[in-house]
Amino acid sequence: MSAHATSPQFKDNAHRALQDTQLQKALGNVRHNFIERRAQAAARLPEFEALRDQARDLRDHVLAHLDLYLEIYERKVTEAGGHVHFARTAEEASRIVVDLAKARGAKIVTKGKSMVSEEIGLNAALERAGIEAVETDLGEYIIQLRGEAPSHIIAPAVHLNQEDIESDFRRVHTWLPKDRDLEAPESLLAEARATLRAKFLASDIGITGANFLVAETGTSIIVTNEGNGDLTQTLPKMHVVVASIEKIAPTLEDVAGIMRVLARSATGQDMSVYTTLSTGPRRPGDVDGPEEYHVVLVDNGRSNMLGTDFEDMLRCIRCGACMNHCPVYHAVGGHAYGWVYPGPMGAVLTPSLIGVDQGGHLPNASTFCGRCESVCPVRIPLPKLMRHWREREFERHLSPATVRSGLAVWAFFAKRPKLYALSARIGIGLMGLAGRSRGRFAWMPFAGGWTKYRDLPAPQGQTFQAMFKRQRGASR
Amino acid sequence: MSEARDEILAGIRRSLGVSATDTTRRQIVEARIAAAARGVLPQRGEGAVPTRAATFQAQAESVAASVARVAGDADIPAEIARFLRENNLPATLRMGEDTRLGALPWDATTIGISKGPSNGDDLNAVSHAEAGVAETGTLVLVSGPDNPTTLNFLPDNHIVVLRADAIAANYEDVWSELRTRFGKGLMPRTVNLITGPSRSADIEQKMLLGAHGPRRLHIVIVG
Repeated sequence: MSAHATSPQFKDNAHRALQDTQLQKALGNVRHNFIERRAQAAARLPEFEALRDQARDLRDHVLAHLDLYLEIYERKVTEAGGHVHFARTAEEASRIVVDLAKARGAKIVTKGKSMVSEEIGLNAALERAGIEAVETDLGEYIIQLRGEAPSHIIAPAVHLNQEDIESDFRRVHTWLPKDRDLEAPESLLAEARATLRAKFLASDIGITGANFLVAETGTSIIVTNEGNGDLTQTLPKMHVVVASIEKIAPTLEDVAGIMRVLARSATGQDMSVYTTLSTGPRRPGDVDGPEEYHVVLVDNGRSNMLGTDFEDMLRCIRCGACMNHCPVYHAVGGHAYGWVYPGPMGAVLTPSLIGVDQGGHLPNASTFCGRCESVCPVRIPLPKLMRHWREREFERHLSPATVRSGLAVWAFFAKRPKLYALSARIGIGLMGLAGRSRGRFAWMPFAGGWTKYRDLPAPQGQTFQAMFKRQRGASR
Repeated sequence: MSEARDEILAGIRRSLGVSATDTTRRQIVEARIAAAARGVLPQRGEGAVPTRAATFQAQAESVAASVARVAGDADIPAEIARFLRENNLPATLRMGEDTRLGALPWDATTIGISKGPSNGDDLNAVSHAEAGVAETGTLVLVSGPDNPTTLNFLPDNHIVVLRADAIAANYEDVWSELRTRFGKGLMPRTVNLITGPSRSADIEQKMLLGAHGPRRLHIVIVG
């Protein structure tokens, strides 16, 4: 079953997030670090903007020929001695992995960071089958200890401060001395490294995601900084790749092109530390590496997005730049979005994958400032796609009655420009008169949502349209 | 062929409004894979061997790798002995069956050599790189008994020998080399592109070295 969604409660979630001082402190790290680092990395590479255009065009080409590339990819994986499994739904994908694990009598599986495995609820499915699933990315490990979902697609624990992590480690790592010094972040890292090293060596199956699947060679590629994904897939007897169907790249050259925009957009690195290309299982003569290699290709609603307004969203390469630059994400963090994918990309993808009735609030969580689109490495028109969702939410009568009647009133006037100008002039005049003593209103009928938190400034002078008319007349 | 597979492919074709028998689309896809055309290439990595080696060194050092240059093969063991000594590391070294490494004059040093993959008990390992990429200071390592993949990740200190003339301008030049060596559409089991030592920024976005992989990456450029 797909990961549980609290997206319908977005407004409550966001409200709580704004009151959470610990969260607000942690979110400061997103606001500063990611934005500066990306800008510097982009500035260091004169070809960056041309590479973004190229990445967009490539992703469009792949989506337009996805059926054929998947067939070729499958053939190449099989030729290299691997196995490809197709999964229509989250349930089907989890079942395939659980069945593989059960058939090998696996007791413990290690996992590299994978958003699609979060999407399909894989850890819960494995645990229901009595198999221990251990997240090995440091951020994922921390949130697994806390029983939380990631709050960011590349920095899963970005909502936490060092003190939170220290107290989690003390709570869970009970076999270590109670009086140990965990003051420095380095000591937290060392403790996680030692704890997880034992898990890597004991693991029966390594599960990773994939950043790219190369049709030319049947290769899956992961990109990490820690090396956890590599230990995950190199040490156990079996490597299982779980990837969504749109991850295809035709050739290695195409991968090189996208690689150049991925890390720069994500962390502001020119290149992540480890980019690993895996093709099939252990070869004759190999002294290490997995004996079995499986790929689970997950659709879970994506094939339905092709050919629709939302096809552009499938260009996404999961860098996280859109959320790093989003004022709404900065304010409420990732958990408020209530499902696996937060930020602007999540606001578009979530209703596509779990339905507008579940995720329909998320596209409203945008000021349409356009920063997400301006930094997207594959130039997804995120504000436009959020607007499409708003229209659908309205068409399907899913918006609240107050919003609907408000829009209906506005539409009545907007369709009658003369009446609009007249009533605006009267309204502005009356408001200016009523607020002339204090210059602001602490309360206003129908605007309680605004005045509850701040004063509404009283209008001064003329309406915008009147001023516009006068200025234009003056400049002629 | 599974039912899920056929349904997904049929669903994609239905959404795209295309037919499985359309030969034009198939030709486009096959031609793209056959051509493996290069796209926009950054100028940054270009130049003759000495320029590429200098760019590689600067890029690798900028991501916290250490780099030493030696004139010839005979100088490699002494350089590695120096690296171990100056970092207060024990004089032990794990390596694979690579004959280029095996033939080096290790006897001139006090380093104790052991051979084979790593089970996690080795502190230091040495590998021979297949290639380097000047653009980002990236090492390219290929799996197999000569240079087992476990040596790239389990030891705390990873030393990599790289020939200056194997430093390519960009990744695309490396792909061409791999195709020449392994054949079009064929790949070794694992190709590791390594750019600096392991790190994590998962604690308050502070960059810390030595997350799960090596804490130190030392690159010896030969020639």
